[in-house]
Amino acid sequence: MASASAPPAVLMRGITKRFPGVVANDRIDLEVREGEIHALLGENGAGKTTLMNILYGIYHPDEGEIQVRGRTVVIRSPQDAIRLGIGMIHQQFRLVPTHTVTENVVLGMKQGVLFREREARRQIEALARHYHLEVDPDARIWQLSAGEQQRVEILKALYRQAQILILDEPTSMLTPGEIEDLLKILHRMKEEGHTLIFITHKLDEVTAISDRVTVLRQGRVVTTLETAKTNERELAQWMVGREVLFRLTKPKNTAGEIVLRVENLHVDNDKQLPALKGISFAVRQGEILGIAGVAGNGQRELVEALIGLRPVVQGSITLNGRSLTNMSSRERIEAGIACVPGERMTALVPGMSIAENMILKAYRQPVFGKGGLLDRRAVNAHADRLIAEYAVITPGRETPVKLLSGGNIQRALLARELSSQPSLLIVASPTSGLDVGATETIWRILLEQRQQGRAILLISEDLEEVMTLSDRVAVLYEGEIMGIVRGEEHNLERIGLMMAGALRLPREEWV
Amino acid sequence: MIEFLVSVIALTIPAGTALLYGTLGEVYAERSGVLNLGVEGMMIMGAVTGFAVTQTTGNLLLGIVAAALVGGLMALIHAFASVTLRVNQVVSGLALTMLGLGISGMIGKRYIGMPLAARIRPLDIPVLSDLPVLGPMLFRFNALVYLAMALVPILWFVLYKTYWGITLRSVGENPAAADAMGVNVVRVRYLAVVFGGFMAGLGGAFLSVAYAPAWIEGMTAGAGWIVIALTIFAMWDPARALLGAYLFGGVRVLQFRLQPLGISPNFLNMLPFLLTILVLLLVSGQAFRRRVGVPAALMQPYAREER
Amino acid sequence: MNLPRLRVERRLSTSRLTSTLALVVSLLLALLAIGLVFSSLGVDPIYAYRRILRGGFGSLYGLGESLAKSIPLLLTGAGLALAFRARVYNIGAEGQLLLGAIVGGGIALNFGHWPRGVLLPVMFLGGFLGGALWAAVPALLKARFRVDEVLTSLMLVYVAGDLVRYLVYGPWRGPEERGFPYSSRFALAAQLPHVEGTRIHYPTLLLAVGLAVLLYLLLERTKLGYEIRVTGENPAAARYAGMNTDRIIILVLLLSGGLAGMAGVGEVAGIHARLSPPEGISPGYGFTAIIVAWLARLNPLAAILTAFLIGGLLVGGDAIQVALNLPAASIYIFNGMILLFVIAGDVFTRYRLRLELRS
Repeated sequence: MASASAPPAVLMRGITKRFPGVVANDRIDLEVREGEIHALLGENGAGKTTLMNILYGIYHPDEGEIQVRGRTVVIRSPQDAIRLGIGMIHQQFRLVPTHTVTENVVLGMKQGVLFREREARRQIEALARHYHLEVDPDARIWQLSAGEQQRVEILKALYRQAQILILDEPTSMLTPGEIEDLLKILHRMKEEGHTLIFITHKLDEVTAISDRVTVLRQGRVVTTLETAKTNERELAQWMVGREVLFRLTKPKNTAGEIVLRVENLHVDNDKQLPALKGISFAVRQGEILGIAGVAGNGQRELVEALIGLRPVVQGSITLNGRSLTNMSSRERIEAGIACVPGERMTALVPGMSIAENMILKAYRQPVFGKGGLLDRRAVNAHADRLIAEYAVITPGRETPVKLLSGGNIQRALLARELSSQPSLLIVASPTSGLDVGATETIWRILLEQRQQGRAILLISEDLEEVMTLSDRVAVLYEGEIMGIVRGEEHNLERIGLMMAGALRLPREEWV
Repeated sequence: MIEFLVSVIALTIPAGTALLYGTLGEVYAERSGVLNLGVEGMMIMGAVTGFAVTQTTGNLLLGIVAAALVGGLMALIHAFASVTLRVNQVVSGLALTMLGLGISGMIGKRYIGMPLAARIRPLDIPVLSDLPVLGPMLFRFNALVYLAMALVPILWFVLYKTYWGITLRSVGENPAAADAMGVNVVRVRYLAVVFGGFMAGLGGAFLSVAYAPAWIEGMTAGAGWIVIALTIFAMWDPARALLGAYLFGGVRVLQFRLQPLGISPNFLNMLPFLLTILVLLLVSGQAFRRRVGVPAALMQPYAREER
Repeated sequence: MNLPRLRVERRLSTSRLTSTLALVVSLLLALLAIGLVFSSLGVDPIYAYRRILRGGFGSLYGLGESLAKSIPLLLTGAGLALAFRARVYNIGAEGQLLLGAIVGGGIALNFGHWPRGVLLPVMFLGGFLGGALWAAVPALLKARFRVDEVLTSLMLVYVAGDLVRYLVYGPWRGPEERGFPYSSRFALAAQLPHVEGTRIHYPTLLLAVGLAVLLYLLLERTKLGYEIRVTGENPAAARYAGMNTDRIIILVLLLSGGLAGMAGVGEVAGIHARLSPPEGISPGYGFTAIIVAWLARLNPLAAILTAFLIGGLLVGGDAIQVALNLPAASIYIFNGMILLFVIAGDVFTRYRLRLELRS
């Protein structure tokens, strides 16, 4: 049981961390008691990972102090953290695929020159057995499942005698069975007296094992509660509850024909594990369907599958009645799908001029040159037109795109995608990293397009954005759609619960 | 027949020694993730330095050490360019090779045709050198030949059985993982690349003070490029480097001897390079790559991304 | 370690001015460094520079030689500029050049009785195909198996060299050459005409300049060129735009190989009029062309200038070899130093160096 009299294992006071354009952590106070399992709950961008990165020495706080077991410390690097007995298991594993488990665990240890493999192996096996972290020390990482790889990461920390362990979204890569195993391991670690902090956006995990939970929202702590004394509904409210500003109001619009229909879509991620597990939805003309959800629940794979950069394992995608499922990405562009992806740098050539970027998808059209030639005048005219129409602020069309401000880059991207008069516009994280003014402009453009009858699929982790723009909201959680509801304020709580996996609407109730 | 075999092996081993030095060094450099195409330049600079210093000081050991140092110094430049400045490693290596070829030519001009002041003597190993067949075949080489052979198990051991080795290999496979565990990726790469240059210099010195011994302009004759091929052929393993070096070296030196057997010398020469391409192909296959293969981070500069 | 740390940070913007300035400064620094090397080896650098300039550009003869040497450099360099723009590092141009020489030479030796008007174009075509074929190996290996083209193309340089040696020492050895490893002299019809009194085989020169211009136009004015540039600058964006990056990689490799092959034909038909051992055909033009392309900042049009400059440098190298009794390889010091400083200078246009003192 966590003792309340001994100094807390970790005390973070007034932690503030600023990045250009955003305050990731704003005067955060966090108290983690010795021997407890403490959950850090929040959506994306809430500041959880940043805070833990500060604790682990990857970032340095701009303000605030940290105390470990009552002593004020300065943590300048992961090595300092390790020396203080803090270990971190990241979301993306940092392992060497071709090496064995043992080699990975001992990497970077300063234990002399000779690698006593047998002894290291024995120690690892003993540790593994003790914590129920069974894994073959001679196995190579690439042979292991995600759950087993995670065990190696945990072993790395334990091998270095970490007392306090930070786990960042530990279940994001695991199958349900592996999640159960992990929870058992965490219990075991608590029994051994370790202090655990784990970052999550999933409510069921919080209620399953944590002793206390701190909820973060937009860089600030909103509350710290004892898990036993709260419930999922309340937590969801804390997590998303805010006045959605609704700075813009969507005019009423009647949606038209179905443009995009996705049926029972199954898509795998890079590790050949299912990322989308049979999702179905439709987008109509003149409506914005928002896909809400914390990053990492299948959004990226969905976009890639829709534009043809990722194969579909099962299911179908139809655009205006035509099946897209086997079309190449080029054919889909020609069929009328436009996309502004979340990773902007894959949609642009930063070193090239705006003019040349504006034809990235349309260059094959005869208007831009016949017989293989590129008609510069047509390209330039096209660029000029788009710059004017979408009010992109730039010294000229020859300016390299990377010199534009984030907001203008986004405007230019939208301009390009919309210039082909697509049937469907997909936008992912359209305003991430943008300031308020730029955000509003982008929102206006999207709403205008909606008014003109464009079908828009919006994928965003920013709940406010989703609520402001979407007619309907579908929530993606662990590769499944938990439900589709109207994008109206009264649904905020339900959406929050769905985003955290605590609510699944029956199909009949979907909008 | 026995005579033939004896002479073949007795010729092959010294012929492969310079290659072995270079390859052992390049294996370490590439294992850390840096491709060093400057080996040819470093080897020839080692050759001319070794000869020049030996000639001027009369001290063979000094000459050899100086050669190694010069190789290491050139490699330091490559490390700076590739690891710190993160320029294109291919171009940086090529530039150093050209530089090495040019400077060595100029330095070596006055030494052309000179006999070496201090000669290296083949070792006279008690008992072993006098053995009937094995004696002349294996036990009458000079110290540098045996040094190279001795380095193989040592370097193999360091690579696979020490913490340094694990660190080195991890940096070449996944520098981010190593960085996360507190490894100084930059330092590891610098050390590995400089070591590679050091060895290349040694290999070059071997050519000019022991193998020939003489200074001939351009005497490495592409040995540095063969080292690049050998590193791949050896699949970045010191033990296989031993076999490969003697194989490639043997082919070079024996190409005319084997002509009476009907084997065209030129095609024999091609074989190592063609085999290397085959190895590259094999190693690219997914299944094979899992166990052994191109260090995953080869030619990729590393920079820790800070938001 | 408490050593001050060197941090490299991306620059946000690079103006054309900075870029050109960096190039000029790099060249000047390179010349300075070369001067230092020379003087430390007992050679008067000023004298050496004067002789090099005079040798390469100071006389009509020198200019003629510089132009002659610039032909293979331009032809190969322009092709490499194209390949490098797509971020395809064809390091094996030397081998492709030799293959072109082999095919061109083979045609010359076997069909020397054909009229010149037919023979020469066929030789060039054959040379193109030979070079392209040689480049096809790394191309296919890269496209299908993701094998790095740097290593495969490099390995094939040595195979090509051995192939040439095999031919000139063996089946193609000229009977009248009596023991020397040369092929027979090409028939007159297979020899390229020269500018009076020089070694400038002008058909190849015109071909080179023409192709350099064509490649420039290809890159800037065609859709294919656009695809090549996008593939080189941001392969992820190229794929997102539905471009077939594999096809582009193969194409630029084949083209650059073909151009190098034609350069090989130019050398054997224009300078030597026969096949010789590889060192006799090309003193490393395929590698020097890399510098030509790099100095030209991968612009085929600018390669016309840089090829001439480097050609002049090579001739100057011959000159100081004679005048200062220096080895021929000395000129590599120029090549190497210039390349080194230019790529270092490149860094300054893209990054900013910051010295961070750690406490």
